[in-house]
Amino acid sequence: MDLAATILVDGLIYAGWLFIVSVGLTLVFGVLNILNIAHGSLYAIGAYASASLVGAYFASGGDAFPYGSYAALILAAVLVALVLGPLLERGLLRFFYGRDEVLNVLVTYAVFLILEDVMKLIWGVNPYFVYEPYTLLGDVEIGPLFYVGYDFAVIAAAIIVGLVVWLTLNHTQIGKVVLAVIHDSEMSQTMGVNVQRVYLGAFMAGAFLAALGGALTAPMISVTPGLGVNVIIVAFAVVIIGGLGSIPGAAIGALMVGISRAASVHLLPEAELFIIYFVMAIVLLFRPEGLFAKTQARKI
Amino acid sequence: MQSNLIISAIVALVALAAGAVILPDWAMFLFAMALAKGLVCLGIVGMMRGGVVSFGQGLYYCLGAYTATLVANNFGISDIFLLTFLSALVCLLVGIAFGPLLSNYRGIFFAMLSLALSMVLYGSLSKMSFIGGTDGLNIAAPTFLGWAPEGRPLQAALYIYVVTISVIAGTLMRIYFDSERGLLTLATRDNELRVEYLGASVRNIMTYNYVFGAVLGGIGGTIAALALGHVDPEFAFWTTSGEFVFVAILAGYLSVPAVFVSAIILELVRSFSNLYFPNTWQLALGIFLLAVIIALPNGLGSLVRRWKGNKA
Repeated sequence: MDLAATILVDGLIYAGWLFIVSVGLTLVFGVLNILNIAHGSLYAIGAYASASLVGAYFASGGDAFPYGSYAALILAAVLVALVLGPLLERGLLRFFYGRDEVLNVLVTYAVFLILEDVMKLIWGVNPYFVYEPYTLLGDVEIGPLFYVGYDFAVIAAAIIVGLVVWLTLNHTQIGKVVLAVIHDSEMSQTMGVNVQRVYLGAFMAGAFLAALGGALTAPMISVTPGLGVNVIIVAFAVVIIGGLGSIPGAAIGALMVGISRAASVHLLPEAELFIIYFVMAIVLLFRPEGLFAKTQARKI
Repeated sequence: MQSNLIISAIVALVALAAGAVILPDWAMFLFAMALAKGLVCLGIVGMMRGGVVSFGQGLYYCLGAYTATLVANNFGISDIFLLTFLSALVCLLVGIAFGPLLSNYRGIFFAMLSLALSMVLYGSLSKMSFIGGTDGLNIAAPTFLGWAPEGRPLQAALYIYVVTISVIAGTLMRIYFDSERGLLTLATRDNELRVEYLGASVRNIMTYNYVFGAVLGGIGGTIAALALGHVDPEFAFWTTSGEFVFVAILAGYLSVPAVFVSAIILELVRSFSNLYFPNTWQLALGIFLLAVIIALPNGLGSLVRRWKGNKA
């Protein structure tokens, strides 16, 4: 029983973090039809930026009010989105809309390689530690098990992110416009929608979510080069399992990946590294386009 | 047409083999690695003609490399022909097992499912400490039908071996591309449903292309392992597969020699940026990738096509 509870809680914590990253990836794919490998770099840059900002916050007398470091975390993600979002979307990706999917994956792969080294140039290769925000919320006791409160804050953040994205898309005017653009961008344009701006907005939102995922993770780990390589491929697995462009799909995918990974860590550690891809392969076997993908009519 | 092909193959073979005399050691190693990887990429190009791209070709590259290494270390077999044959056989069988399954998938789903398979292999090998885990394994230098060269002759022999295999594989693939099934592959790229209505089986076509890709991947992996003297699970990691895809895209699906030229270009760019910008070689590589994608969206092969078109 304890083991099941441990697996569930560990899985939820992993899933919460993963969902924040994946929902950004699926949003960008849904709107721009680009599977963005550079999403992993945005995640890593978010982690670095938050490590720097939180460090600066405490260096400039933040100890008086340590909770302000959470604002610094979020501010870091906002900054990444504001700077890199327009730079990548307007500066590069917009020239590739409507091109072959795989070609676009390679374009973002090139961006990923470039950003990997840019990060090393800016932040060096030594690890950064920002443990303060991690310890601030104290411990949580569940039965015989102790957890760090911050972990649950990440789960809460994931739920908030999911709700906000879902509500925005389905219950606001902006969301309706975005859905219209996803459905038929040419028709939306003739109806007076500024499609370029929707693309930019969606990409910036995706970049923000990637960076937020990184920023929230930074206090739990040591921020080192190569952070983005593994994250992006796991996030890919999540959105493929859930169905590309589907937000409930990303949630289910993150839960499946999170819990199966936690289960394998506790029950079958040998499988830890590949269980995620195994789950993805099984899902694709039975649902070739993921769990929540809309079936498309074949064109003759 | 056929005689033209054979003449060009012989010319290519002689020209490349001359490298065994002319090239300095470092360049010969670099070319051998590039051609070995080119073989893997040739398999991707075969699939690309049908409109699908495998992001997990590292699976066969790694499988071939490990098969050769394990056979060499456990059974004392060092003959390069036998090792290549065994690896190709293992990859053929695995390809036949997965091919019919993957032939149902298209676009990003094909890419991701193939990626998942290669990452499962990566994860498994990393955790198997009895065959080296993440450190991998060493493999001794190969022998050639009983001849066991050392130093420069070994390098030259390995180089000529990979050149010969590449030219043969390139020629066979060209013949396959121009065959009925090869041309139907191109038709599938344009419109799958029409091909089905014409009475051909798209699944069957895709399976064949996948299996050929598997065998080529295994051969490439074996040669790479023998050239490096070492294998590790990174052979199956997604960034390795990503490079293969890049070479395939750089080459485009129009020309076979372009695949090997692209592989050599990538290897050269990587080595030189490694040498001159040791801390920012990924940056240099990324910029190079972007430049190529922007300048030549249909690959190097399209240059040849353009040139031929102008002549006519």
